[in-house]
Amino acid sequence: MKDKSNGTRINTDYTDKNGFYFFSAFFRARPRPIIFALTITLLVLASCAPVDLNAPLPVYDTGVDPNAWAQIPAGEVYFGQHEKIETTGAYEIMIADVTVRQYADYLNAALADGTLKIEGDSALGYYPGDPFHGVKHEIEIKAGDWEYIPLDDPSQRIKFDGTTFSVQEGYENHPMTMVTWFGAWGYCQYYEAELPTELQWEKAARGADARPFPWGDEILRENANFYSSRDPFEDMSSFGSRTTPVGFYNGQSYDGYQTLDSASPYGLYDMAGNVWQWVGDVQPQEGFSDRFMKGGSKDTYDMDLRVWVRNSAPPMYFSPGVGFRCVR
Amino acid sequence: MKDRFNYLFGSTKGLILVAAAMIAMTTAVWGMLSGPMAEMGVREVVIKLLRMDIVQSEREGRIIILYHSIAMAVVAIETYMVTGLLKMKSFYKTAINLLITVGYMMTMVFGMGFAYFGHNWAFHGLYITGLSLIFFAGVLLCAALWPWNPEYYISDAAYARTKKGVDLERVAFFTTAVTTVISALFGAVPGSYLGNGFETFLAENIIRLPHKTPMEYSIIGHLHIMLALIAVMITLIIGRWLNFKGAWHKVAMPLMILGCIVLNLGVWGVVTPLEPVAHMIIYVGATPSMLAALFLLIWSWGKFAKEGTAHIAKPTFLQKLGAMVSDPLKFGPTWQMLFMNFTTSGIGIFMAIRLDEVFRMWPAREERIELTGHWHALSAIIATIILMYYGDMIGLKGKIRQIYGWSIIFLSDLALGAVTVFEMKRLFISEAEQQPLVNGLMYAIDFGLGMLLVLLAIVMVWRLTDLFKPKGRWTEEATHELSQEAAK
Repeated sequence: MKDKSNGTRINTDYTDKNGFYFFSAFFRARPRPIIFALTITLLVLASCAPVDLNAPLPVYDTGVDPNAWAQIPAGEVYFGQHEKIETTGAYEIMIADVTVRQYADYLNAALADGTLKIEGDSALGYYPGDPFHGVKHEIEIKAGDWEYIPLDDPSQRIKFDGTTFSVQEGYENHPMTMVTWFGAWGYCQYYEAELPTELQWEKAARGADARPFPWGDEILRENANFYSSRDPFEDMSSFGSRTTPVGFYNGQSYDGYQTLDSASPYGLYDMAGNVWQWVGDVQPQEGFSDRFMKGGSKDTYDMDLRVWVRNSAPPMYFSPGVGFRCVR
Repeated sequence: MKDRFNYLFGSTKGLILVAAAMIAMTTAVWGMLSGPMAEMGVREVVIKLLRMDIVQSEREGRIIILYHSIAMAVVAIETYMVTGLLKMKSFYKTAINLLITVGYMMTMVFGMGFAYFGHNWAFHGLYITGLSLIFFAGVLLCAALWPWNPEYYISDAAYARTKKGVDLERVAFFTTAVTTVISALFGAVPGSYLGNGFETFLAENIIRLPHKTPMEYSIIGHLHIMLALIAVMITLIIGRWLNFKGAWHKVAMPLMILGCIVLNLGVWGVVTPLEPVAHMIIYVGATPSMLAALFLLIWSWGKFAKEGTAHIAKPTFLQKLGAMVSDPLKFGPTWQMLFMNFTTSGIGIFMAIRLDEVFRMWPAREERIELTGHWHALSAIIATIILMYYGDMIGLKGKIRQIYGWSIIFLSDLALGAVTVFEMKRLFISEAEQQPLVNGLMYAIDFGLGMLLVLLAIVMVWRLTDLFKPKGRWTEEATHELSQEAAK
């Protein structure tokens, strides 16, 4: 084939005398593929960088009392994405997620009165078990002691010295995470409360209308803690998104970071973002052994913060992005 | 002007160019509404600039229309390739191409208009009309491909055929077309039912619920089988383009026909009381189909190695390997089929084997990432195969051909490989420690897909400028048919 510019021939016989045009050309004549390969190598190395899970974090008092409860009146509610109308009785729900401080206090009390056990690197408590139907993929949850929280996980913000539970400094007013559904259920039971049902949770989040977010129809970064929402606790180049203190998005300014007041119509905070929240429904479908989680989290895109979105996991699952609150 | 219009809407290559341009534009604009573009705030700018009407509760419905808009254009491209490669009556060819062109354009324009720019119900009706036209084009394609017409019998013993001379490759095309038309109904019926009540859902969001309605099963089956059939059809198209023949062809075609039928029966069975065994039937059907694709790969790679070293008396292994990869546009499609086993089939099989022990121990959102990731990867692989064939049909040669072909392979495989690692990351890294890995993978994905789109944009701009030339490349393409150019 003739090159128009200078009339010389371009090699279209890709099997040259050395037999391997492509690969020889790749390394001999083209610096770009090598740069490309080096870039990929650097990317891979950067991807393996260790993460400091105990990196310093800012400490803010949000002014929201995690011991406060909101009154939810009896009545109808739009339930789910397709706005099915359902009814609930009246109930009270915590205005914020259970904090690490509250959970540590509970663990100390439960350990003292013998309702909590320590076995290996786990804190365990009793759960009476689920009905079991033998449906495909169903997990049998028998009555017995189940893990409430792991004690050895580096993401655990509650420390145990062999006798007492304490809170890692700075996390006192952050939502309790690294807690299984059993651990959430055990906490609520201990204080004569329950985990909210999905219906109760949604009603508390959206109020009497069909809004997709607790505060209204649209979401901005200053409304909630979600993936890449650029809050002061986040560093996407290293540890990524972290929890914000409960009630952080209340319209206050924190060292120049202005939040929007994002309470639900009933005055609840963090019903969208920050941490997924376990809800209490057991076997909402026969053979469905997972537990639902609601609200989205610091690790999910804004679409998962819509009130009807469901996540689910087996009740023994725990994560730095899952917490809970109680109803009574 | 008339000549150009005739080229764009009257010739196979022109029709493919228009559809590719439509897909490229849609992908470029709507790709900015999610992922890293959303993180960077680009989404908000696009929404405001284009005055989109984004209602939160309608996201799932919007996405379904977006998927269909792109998928219908891809189906149109494959149909153009089939009508260009296979013998059929000119009436059928004209009618099919006309119907499917009007159909996908109406689907895309009015569907996206309805979904993203306020609910104009006339648009919704026209969107449905577009889908219906495509369905009708599919029915006509089945009639056009009827393999038991003696006119289409073959006598060449190098190809798979019956004793009577029925062309088994044509039977495979026919089977794929017929099952595609039937499988479309599995989406149309529940789509009408659920869409009319605005109760649309994404299959990945209900996957863990043990009890699903037949309509829900139908949707899940539909989306799986349609993508699988698009993949089967592109495999057959690539085989025809490369002039697949010989012993491998004779084994592959019956396998492809059998696999396609069994695979479809399995998927359709999902909505029947056979549901508990449907998955096993699907595995049984998928195996011969994938074997047939493997035979195409073995045959084509052998052919490239043999032909490329024909001038060498005793070629070494490296010389054969060099010859095999010397033309990325011909080597690439089957390579991508092989790569698909890493990004799609392998992931699917691994998930199926370790579902209860591993994947169902993770949150449903993790499973959603795997589900959506692996079929996005399959869709992207099909798109790259189409782009490689397109590169050949527009006559790319020399260095441009090498750069175009290898760029598609490297960039897409980099991105899709990273997607696959992203899907499986929980196997080897904890949630708390994942961010640097996620960042690295995202850079690789964004770079790969972004550069691929840039490459596509360059091709589209080049083709656009070519149209302004009185004797541009388009004048040659207007008269050339794909069947004349299939490898001899």
